[in-house]
Amino acid sequence: MKDDRKRSWLVSLALVAPLVLFLVFFFAAPLYTMVSAAISDPIGARALPHTSAIIERWDGTSPPSPEMQTAFAEDLRAIDDDQLFGDLVRRLNSAKSGFRTLMPKTRNAVKADPAANDLVAIDERWSDPAFWQPVKTATASTITDRNLLAAVDLERSTAGDIQEMPEGSSANRATLIRTFVVSLSVTLACLLIGLPYAMIAASVDGWKRQLLLGAVLLPLWTSLLVRTAAWFILLQDNGLINSSLTALGLINSPLPLIFNRAGVIIAMTHVLLPFMVLPIFSVLIGIPKNLMPAAASLGAPPLRAFWNVLLPMSTRGIVSGSLLVFMSALGYYITPALIGGARDQMISSVIAYYATGAANWGMAGALGLVLLVATLILYTVYLRLSGEEQAKR
Amino acid sequence: MNGLNVAKVVFGAAIMFFLLAPLIAILPLSFTDSVFLNYPIPAYSTRWFNELVTADVWRRSIVNSLIIGSGTTALATVLGTLGALGLRNHASFWSLSFIRTAFLLPMVVPAVVLGVGMQLMFARYNLTNSYLGVIIAHTVLAVPFVVINVLSVLQAIDPRLEQAAASLGAHPVTVLARVTLPLALPGIISGAVFAFATSLDEVVLTLFVAGPNQRTLARQMFSSIRENISPAIAAAAFVFIVGTIFVALILILSRKSLARR
Repeated sequence: MKDDRKRSWLVSLALVAPLVLFLVFFFAAPLYTMVSAAISDPIGARALPHTSAIIERWDGTSPPSPEMQTAFAEDLRAIDDDQLFGDLVRRLNSAKSGFRTLMPKTRNAVKADPAANDLVAIDERWSDPAFWQPVKTATASTITDRNLLAAVDLERSTAGDIQEMPEGSSANRATLIRTFVVSLSVTLACLLIGLPYAMIAASVDGWKRQLLLGAVLLPLWTSLLVRTAAWFILLQDNGLINSSLTALGLINSPLPLIFNRAGVIIAMTHVLLPFMVLPIFSVLIGIPKNLMPAAASLGAPPLRAFWNVLLPMSTRGIVSGSLLVFMSALGYYITPALIGGARDQMISSVIAYYATGAANWGMAGALGLVLLVATLILYTVYLRLSGEEQAKR
Repeated sequence: MNGLNVAKVVFGAAIMFFLLAPLIAILPLSFTDSVFLNYPIPAYSTRWFNELVTADVWRRSIVNSLIIGSGTTALATVLGTLGALGLRNHASFWSLSFIRTAFLLPMVVPAVVLGVGMQLMFARYNLTNSYLGVIIAHTVLAVPFVVINVLSVLQAIDPRLEQAAASLGAHPVTVLARVTLPLALPGIISGAVFAFATSLDEVVLTLFVAGPNQRTLARQMFSSIRENISPAIAAAAFVFIVGTIFVALILILSRKSLARR
């Protein structure tokens, strides 16, 4: 009997193993790769091993010592890999501009003359401690919080303290706030439309309920791209909405509906509305139908009965739906990317830009980590709520 | 009819209009003769459907979608069905809610975040710009649907049926092939359909992982809306919407056949 149990466990394990391994390799590992790209900074230590050992003892403000210059020149001579050199230049230039011209010039000079170890003679800028500080930070550690700080527009000063980035040099915080504002607006719009709609669907039955729910489910099953394309066509300056309004004589010139905030919120509300209606509806159909008439028979006017009876009882559905909509809205990419203008781009678009446009994996990873953590926190809260609900039943 | 009821009908109808009108409005535009996506439609023709099957970019993207969709369906269905079979006997041990949580994570994590990680990692193993890479990426998103669908059907199977087969001397493999799998078929089919639909509609991971040779129909629609919108989009949308209704019918029929047993 015991052997049988053991065998059944082994069989189960063998059946689940491919799935678990697949998800570990192709779901967990990519996320880990992204996080490590955000916090790792291996270029400096790898490209400049000698400098790294010597510059550690430098105080950061005094003029660069001859040993530092010699070590740096040796390291530069040793770099044969142009890819590594390019990465190093990019890394140093991101901390202080000027390295892009300084580094190739210095490298050529030290390679041409094996005895040329006086960097100041090659370029005046090497006498400036401001050019040695980035070298020190880049070689000090293979882990950095630079990208994570930059994700919220912070940086470390030369002394190592965290400080605000100069005004106008980075827009990440503005993007995060915009993402939050757009997601909140979409959640509110979904709530204002979805709550009454779910109440109506719960208050009728038969074909009327089927019809109301079908209208929610059909868009949910339709391709997201088709829905976005449909809104793109409708919202254009000469699209159906503007041409109908003009034909009715309500407006003279087309309303600006596309490539702006209004269009993004309309289209995202349409896409995410089912996620609000369905959880509220499922809570509402669990509420006994005679409660509202009971409240009315006790003399409560409809509005008061709604406020004191129905609304408190549907709170859980409202919270679940709102969390679901808000969470999905935070990470939305396709709809804002196609319907929004340059000033409506959310965090996902910025991540995609850093990853595919700028090849800045560190920043893409850091912003991705911010989005991932926010989403997972919201998902945990959502699970808590739906778990409590199941326990109650 | 009192005022409240009138308000309910008006509000309900207005929101139904908001939900359905965009999908309906795009359909007639796929039959336009003009190069503009506007009403009124000057004349009707099927030129944009022709464009869809003859223009190189569209035709190749449809073929790619079919290749990648079939690959994803096969991989996700095999992995998901095996996994569901393994989880089923120990569902109480793992607790269903834990399974749901763990396997739903790929659907919760924002696609852009997963895309960045996949692009970075796939580049190391030469999986970017390959069909296999795209199929793997889509399978990560599709496999939860298969697990959930198959698991729910498996749990509805009466264990005495399998015990009876075993007690009559059937080898465990025979029980699986002749009893369990046929009974689970509706769940496997709907899981497979969801997997195919997920792959067909996926854009974000495709943007990160696929090369120009693996452009899928959804990816092509995305760049077409972005760069040069034409009524071919409406024709593609028409195909998608008709496909959705077709798939919904398959699912409803497979559920009905399950309910009949």
